[in-house]
Amino acid sequence: MDNLLSITTFIPALAALILALFLRGDDEAAQKNAKWAALFATCATFFVSLFILFGFDPNDTGFQFVEEGEWILGLKYKMGVDGISVLFVMLTTFIMPLVIAASWDVTHRVKEYMIAFLLLETLMLGVFMALDLVLFYLFFEAGLIPMFLIIGIWGGKERIYASFKFFLYTFLGSVLMLVAMVGMYVDAGTTDIEQLLTHQFGSESFNLLGVQIVGGMQTLMWLAFFASFAVKMPMWPVHTWLPDAHVQAPTAGSVVLASILLKMGGYGFLRFSLPMFPVGSEVMGPLVLWLSAIAIVYTSLVALVQEDMKKLIAYSSVAHMGFVTMGIFAANQQGIDGAIFQMISHGFISGALFLCVGVIYDRMHTREIDAYGGLVNRMPAYALIFMLFTMANVGLPGTSGFIGEFLTLMAVFQVNTWVAAVATTGVIFSAAYALWLYRRVVMGDLIKESLKTITDMSRRERAIFAPLVVCTILFGVYPAPILDIIGPSVEALVGNYETALAQAEAAIRLASN
Amino acid sequence: METILLFAPLVGALLCGFGWKIIGETAAMWVATGLLFLSAILSWIVFLTFDPSLHEGGHYTVSILRWIESGTLSTDWAIRMDRLTAIMLIVITTVSSLVHLYSFGYMDHDPQWREGETYKPRFFAYLSFFTFAMLMLVTADNLVQMFFGWEGVGVASYLLIGFYYRKPTANAAAIKAFVVNRVGDFGFALGIFALFFLVDSINLSDIFAAAPTLAETQVTFLWTSWNAAELVAFLLFIGAMGKSAQLILHTWLPDAMEGPTPVSALIHAATMVTAGVFLVCRMSPIMEFAPNATMFITILGASTAFFAATVGLVQTDIKRVIAYSTCSQLGYMFVAAGVGMYSAAMFHLLTHAFFKAMLFLGAGSVIHAMHHEQDMMNYGALRKKIPYTFWAMMIGTLAITGVGVPVWIATLGEIPIGFAGFHSKDAIVESAYAAGTGYGFWLLVIAALFTSFYSWRLMFLTFYGEARGDKHTHEHAHESPMVMLIPLGVLAIGAIFSGMVFYKSFFGHVDTVGKFYGIPYAEASEHGEAKADSHGEDSHGEAKAEDSHGEDKAHGKEGEHHYAFAGQPGEGALYIAPDNTLLDDAHKVPYWVKTSPFAAMLLGFIVAYWFYIVNPAIPGKLAENQRPLYLFLKNKWYFDELYDAIFVKPALGVGRLFWRRGDGNVIDGTINGVALGIIPFFTRLAGRAQSGYIFTYAFWMVVGIACLITWMTIGGGVE
Repeated sequence: MDNLLSITTFIPALAALILALFLRGDDEAAQKNAKWAALFATCATFFVSLFILFGFDPNDTGFQFVEEGEWILGLKYKMGVDGISVLFVMLTTFIMPLVIAASWDVTHRVKEYMIAFLLLETLMLGVFMALDLVLFYLFFEAGLIPMFLIIGIWGGKERIYASFKFFLYTFLGSVLMLVAMVGMYVDAGTTDIEQLLTHQFGSESFNLLGVQIVGGMQTLMWLAFFASFAVKMPMWPVHTWLPDAHVQAPTAGSVVLASILLKMGGYGFLRFSLPMFPVGSEVMGPLVLWLSAIAIVYTSLVALVQEDMKKLIAYSSVAHMGFVTMGIFAANQQGIDGAIFQMISHGFISGALFLCVGVIYDRMHTREIDAYGGLVNRMPAYALIFMLFTMANVGLPGTSGFIGEFLTLMAVFQVNTWVAAVATTGVIFSAAYALWLYRRVVMGDLIKESLKTITDMSRRERAIFAPLVVCTILFGVYPAPILDIIGPSVEALVGNYETALAQAEAAIRLASN
Repeated sequence: METILLFAPLVGALLCGFGWKIIGETAAMWVATGLLFLSAILSWIVFLTFDPSLHEGGHYTVSILRWIESGTLSTDWAIRMDRLTAIMLIVITTVSSLVHLYSFGYMDHDPQWREGETYKPRFFAYLSFFTFAMLMLVTADNLVQMFFGWEGVGVASYLLIGFYYRKPTANAAAIKAFVVNRVGDFGFALGIFALFFLVDSINLSDIFAAAPTLAETQVTFLWTSWNAAELVAFLLFIGAMGKSAQLILHTWLPDAMEGPTPVSALIHAATMVTAGVFLVCRMSPIMEFAPNATMFITILGASTAFFAATVGLVQTDIKRVIAYSTCSQLGYMFVAAGVGMYSAAMFHLLTHAFFKAMLFLGAGSVIHAMHHEQDMMNYGALRKKIPYTFWAMMIGTLAITGVGVPVWIATLGEIPIGFAGFHSKDAIVESAYAAGTGYGFWLLVIAALFTSFYSWRLMFLTFYGEARGDKHTHEHAHESPMVMLIPLGVLAIGAIFSGMVFYKSFFGHVDTVGKFYGIPYAEASEHGEAKADSHGEDSHGEAKAEDSHGEDKAHGKEGEHHYAFAGQPGEGALYIAPDNTLLDDAHKVPYWVKTSPFAAMLLGFIVAYWFYIVNPAIPGKLAENQRPLYLFLKNKWYFDELYDAIFVKPALGVGRLFWRRGDGNVIDGTINGVALGIIPFFTRLAGRAQSGYIFTYAFWMVVGIACLITWMTIGGGVE
């Protein structure tokens, strides 16, 4: 199977096409068909992607399953995965069937809804596999459109505002990235990511309009990429689109957004910023570390005072992404291992938390924290699952949430103790806001009249949570499967990064002599 | 065997928590309890058969599973078995199994729950889970695994404090406990990071081996340069402060009494709160190289012992009195650990576990008898109604106040005669004096006086005098069932005898203590300089110990150390630096020092007797006359109010500020301002969008793009 990656990527798109072309009508039967078709397609994608996972050789730090072909207009089509991207592919294919299953109660424009999600899956998979700049950019940007639609059509009351905010923020960031990409092509003469990774971009400092640019070209390109990825991540202070988007998005949309879309930023840093612009990363690294530390404290404090459940979890997501950026730009093995682990684990945990909100939103149609209280009395299974993910969210050892946080903090301590100390306070705040939320929603006596008839989770809902529960605990206790896969690739990445820095330094010394 | 005893409670927790619907409520509870008794029996076997001299470095390791591996960081799930672990094993499993048994009676017909609600399997599952986490903590062979246990017990504690989830106060207390503990964990985590940065490993053996190097390393942390050993010791101690409720981070412990009483006995008296003491003892190789950090530990421990005792004087809730007492006794242990008498700290930890668990279970029995009334002002004259409970509480009180025969009157061979607390508390007080910390010594003696007063006050208010409060409740007061009395009886044995039985092992001479912990020791020359004696010659050393048995009596003489500890860091369960001769010094303190805790105890008893038996009007008058002081103590020195004002409210305020002003005005405001030109365009677009058409267009556009990509891929990607 030479084109396993393409097959995986385009199964959902194919299913979307079939739905679009052949499914007629909007009656119950048609809706049911759309749902089942989408579920089948996402499951099939997951199944096929397992072949990637099992065929993957962790000790080979290069790209594997590479496909290369001519495309239109002289562009190239190139796909491949390495230890850094393969788990994001798996995360995507793993989460999507759950997302579809969580959307079973959608009644409004079901066919279009399923098509949007299926397309989104294809585009997200493409982002993680693309090995050509143009292809990457295409997938990266096109992914915005289905998400924009999901929020705009199936969202809440303020959906129009939120969807435009989401679109504008992320789109404007990407424009700069496009400019940098053109620059890269001009400089290196290729759009092939594999070749770009070995290309050395200029790092001689120069004067631009009277401003001394340390690190030269690399710093500028780094900044352009940073603009895009920082918004995607999202990093403080360009995070404000996320709470709005989450609040307005339907449950499934929030899950995809938190579990997968946010990881594109982190993946971008690892694929482009760090290996291609090592000098730029070195120059700007401290800034990122501080932005991350601020993000952790700032958003945790903001989370503490939220009145909307989804907003609270959205802010908590920003804080957790702070650990990721911090780990990446600590630029050592523990940091990057931890960052990747944190992204995967956050995919399970935040996804599950949004699903938890979805469970009660489906019943009560409100996300106001004050509208709840005492749910444990009627929903013990829900209370248990929500508790587990609350604890995972605060980084309890034994859950997957701990390992990423622990590794990134440990890594940053070796680089900058101030940042480490500030960021570590996040463990206190996260406990405060998460448990406070849990208490107000689940604990206490069930007094509110409206909640007296609320029912516990259905079998379908439990089935959705089961795989997430297993992953969260399994990888918390035995993280080796993940760390073994990413370890060698990260080691190579860190090694190359340090070599490149040393070379750049030597070059500067030569030049000054 | 170690693996079985470690995982039995976890299996019990899972079977009980998830399986009760299948096997039935009672069966599930018995499964959990049975597995814990199994664990306890195995622990005792391990403890009694463990011989440190058989193992390299006095410990052995059982690996279970790989855990976090990243670059040079490599940690496993593994059991490190040495004497320190073995002591903790018996403390934890013994108290826990008894508490399980006790809970059968105590949790039956709990009035907090409605008819038909099932809560008992959940309770037992939490208890068993707690025990598992605690065992993980003490058996850890690396700091991350210890951190796992550390946080695990925190969660169990959170769940159990908030067990009565309908009570708002219980929920608040649960969150408070978890968050305050997290403040401590913040320090603990930084300590682990620092150790990894310095040693490049977080396995205990590697850390211990590197300890002497750390003492000579400077490291930059935050604003200044620190001695590495001092920094690590200090950071780890912040963790210990949180878990062991020491001053500054103590506020959660009294509130934790919202949990059911068996929980208070197990978690908030005997085991979890002593984890901090265990941590300091476990890290003794680092502590020995950190004189400033340990001085801080001593001062904070002594201050806590004093502070908590003063608050305990005026509380009227029976559980809160005992809670402050626990806080205070933990202070004692930290003083011992701080001055370098780790063995005495562990001694008090052991005896305290027995008598404090018993006091709590006894209090639980009283509360059970009085239909969940906890205010001592509504007790009185219960001696006849619940005689077994009374005697159990009496033994507990005699033990905690440290009743015994002063050594200059009579001893049993070399062992002083008395209740458990007598030996361990005196050991600490004497060590504090011998270490030359006047602050520590005097505060501990005063605290001993207060301890005696509030303990007897509790006894007199509960069991003597007039029956107060609701008459109906008093009439129906009844003795607890056997399942509750048996644990009390077993613990009573511990509270009476554990001091005398273990005296020589914990607080004997260098040879007995060294042998117990597996610390190499050597014959000392006259100037106290230890002749290095390699570990391999341990048996040789033992032979000498027997030879010189006759000379042991001459130990009282000045300036003669027959033996001195001669281990390297990491050899044996504790590390005692060669210049740390406290164990000998403590035995040579003047007689007035040895007698001072006894005198304090006696004085406390007399005052309490006078206040509550002879002339019960005095306390009320005193509270009237000294109203400011009374309120100050009654309100626990206003710590809660202070923290609320300087931490909780500002945090919420800042959060709101960041949200409304920061996110709302500054960030969005700026971006909106920049985009001012574009906004009208988009609002128009948005207006049209609402009609739905634009989405339909956009939607079909996407479908088109998708088709295009797919087609191009199939056409171009595959050749």
